[in-house]
Amino acid sequence: MKLLSHTDELQAADLQLGNDADPLTQNLQGVQTIELHFPSFTDGRAFSQALMLRRRCGFNGDIRATGDVLVDQLSQMQRCGFSSAVLRADQSLTKGQELLTHFSAFYQGDVTQPQPLFAR
Amino acid sequence: MYQYTDFDRRFVQERAAQYRDQLTRRLNGQLSEEEFRPLRLQNGWYVQRYAPMLRVAVPYGELNSAQLRVLARIAREFDRPDEALFQAAQTKQDAIGGIPAPALSYGYAHFTTRQNLQYNWIPLEKSADVMDLLASVNMHGIQTSGNCIRNITADERAGVAVDEIVDPRAFAEILRQWSTLHPEFAFLPRKFKIAISGAEEDRAATAWHDVGLQVHRNAAGDVGFRVMVGGGMGRTPIIGTVIREFLPWPQIINYLEAVIRVYNLFGRRDNKYKARIKILVKAEGQNYIDQVEAEYQRIVTQDGAPHTISQAELDRVTASFVPPALLGSQHVSAENVHALLAKTADEDKNFARWLQQNVAPHRNPHLRVVTLSFKRLGQAPGDATADQLDASALLADQFSAGEARVSHDQNLVLPWVAADQLPALYQAAKDLGLAKPNIRMLTDMIACPGGDYCDLANARSLPVAAAITERYQDLDELFDLGEIDLHISGCINSCGHHHSGHIGILGVDKDGKEWYQVTLGGSDGSALSGTPKPGKVVGPSFSSAEVVDVIDAVLQVYSEQRQHGETFIDAVQRVGFEAFKTAANAARHPSNDEALSPAA
Repeated sequence: MKLLSHTDELQAADLQLGNDADPLTQNLQGVQTIELHFPSFTDGRAFSQALMLRRRCGFNGDIRATGDVLVDQLSQMQRCGFSSAVLRADQSLTKGQELLTHFSAFYQGDVTQPQPLFAR
Repeated sequence: MYQYTDFDRRFVQERAAQYRDQLTRRLNGQLSEEEFRPLRLQNGWYVQRYAPMLRVAVPYGELNSAQLRVLARIAREFDRPDEALFQAAQTKQDAIGGIPAPALSYGYAHFTTRQNLQYNWIPLEKSADVMDLLASVNMHGIQTSGNCIRNITADERAGVAVDEIVDPRAFAEILRQWSTLHPEFAFLPRKFKIAISGAEEDRAATAWHDVGLQVHRNAAGDVGFRVMVGGGMGRTPIIGTVIREFLPWPQIINYLEAVIRVYNLFGRRDNKYKARIKILVKAEGQNYIDQVEAEYQRIVTQDGAPHTISQAELDRVTASFVPPALLGSQHVSAENVHALLAKTADEDKNFARWLQQNVAPHRNPHLRVVTLSFKRLGQAPGDATADQLDASALLADQFSAGEARVSHDQNLVLPWVAADQLPALYQAAKDLGLAKPNIRMLTDMIACPGGDYCDLANARSLPVAAAITERYQDLDELFDLGEIDLHISGCINSCGHHHSGHIGILGVDKDGKEWYQVTLGGSDGSALSGTPKPGKVVGPSFSSAEVVDVIDAVLQVYSEQRQHGETFIDAVQRVGFEAFKTAANAARHPSNDEALSPAA
């Protein structure tokens, strides 16, 4: 997962998906970057949306997290299919990178590892 | 009990290390309280009225004696407030007034209605040390708070009940693992509680949960789940809706993923009182069910149902739940056991009562299930001091293959007691004050910590619980009244399950004073209580001084009107609510007439 600072110059996403938008009904033709916004880090809808974009729509491009993106949620984002994240201004890139690899493995399957532990 | 693998152990340790890092960042200012809050919450750390509160997860209520000893040590060494803090808290509590209140205390753990344990006075600076200590016995506070899938509760007699159809423990453990640090479901609209049972009788109040699971067999003998969704208490008590009568067991995780994903996407986030899944299910009805079924089909067909539980995995987990090897009782014949118990019961009436109330039959005829009563004078319902926790560990070792279970009624259950050991266990438990023969009786009440500790409470629960306990000390009277569920909550969040009590008491706040709303006729769905339903409010709320008299008056109606052998709840159903309501309202104290106006 690519961690970005808010000062990085970024190309605008091809598609900004609102938290109440249904990923299954989007036209993803030619779309390379989708932005999912976290209005607050406690609003978890984008986790499900990212997962559906990967699993259901077969989207292989970049899914970028923006908004209230904190280092402690990066691992979750990565596991749900986000491939990049623009950290909130006060967050440390170094800490974020470190936290991404804190756990050696997880019980349940996710986007990066579809099989649960018991089936691996 | 489930045997932790190297992976399971390392996972808990990694979680403890992660929490230590988060606490360090909080203490050195890198994390704001707002950002730290959900992190500490998802590890069980609240900040309460006077101090932090730690909720320790006890998956489906099962504990071993080594864990009990560590829990005792935490109570003894860490549940210790600063002297000034404690005095200030007591002074504030004393200023509330009302009926006499037990003093605040520390150095103990509290059993909760979700089969967990809570501590009230551990300083936050020491929280990471406590998590390390818990991890040393495979324990933690993962997801005991926060808007995530909470600790899963189960029938306290799982695997030992005579009426069991399927032992739910292996499924509870598999679901525990699946829900632990689930990446997609850590920030749901609101908390999410799952209960599971596999017996004829529902001892886990499954219909009252966000998801209630009942393992059963279909006509072909296959094992599957009855899935209920959208039950819950709080401001809007709702009984769960059955959305699948029979879901084949290998599919349960795939199906729950659909249930929770639809909730995560569409549950309300604008109003925390309307954010539970019950509101979504109620508002959307069949549309919610259709969405879940459609999502489930996509999980199966498009994703390839990756979380289908294999027979090998079920077998692996089930292997942990084999009955322990027990010595002794198998060599004593049923006749001799019967003679021994009859003789002891003849000599000691309270032993006979204890056999009747605190001892339940076991699927192994040589064994019994014994409940240690943590409902007694002088201590709050479900409170256990460090010494009592240590002593319980010893009882578990001596009499129950080292295992105990926290019941949702806030007692400890010993599931593997040899029948011929009952007199010895009774004596040992009695010496500890844990043999009160009151299980399922009026004084075996459920009560939340209420306004003595909880920041959310509108009124105190514990003074009311203490007053009722004191009033009903006469065992002859208690046994004459028979089995009654009395549930007390200090606020509408309903941690004390007042909605499901035959008699429910709810603390409310009116102009800064404590008042208590009384409900009658609620049911948790057990055989005694009947179809699950919320109780009905008898009228405007009562003062703390009136509550005991109201209960007295209601029970007086029961005593006068009951038919032979009829329980209280059956009498309420047959006689009707009005007679009880009238009696309750007539018990108001004249000096409190002005209290009649504020309806609760």
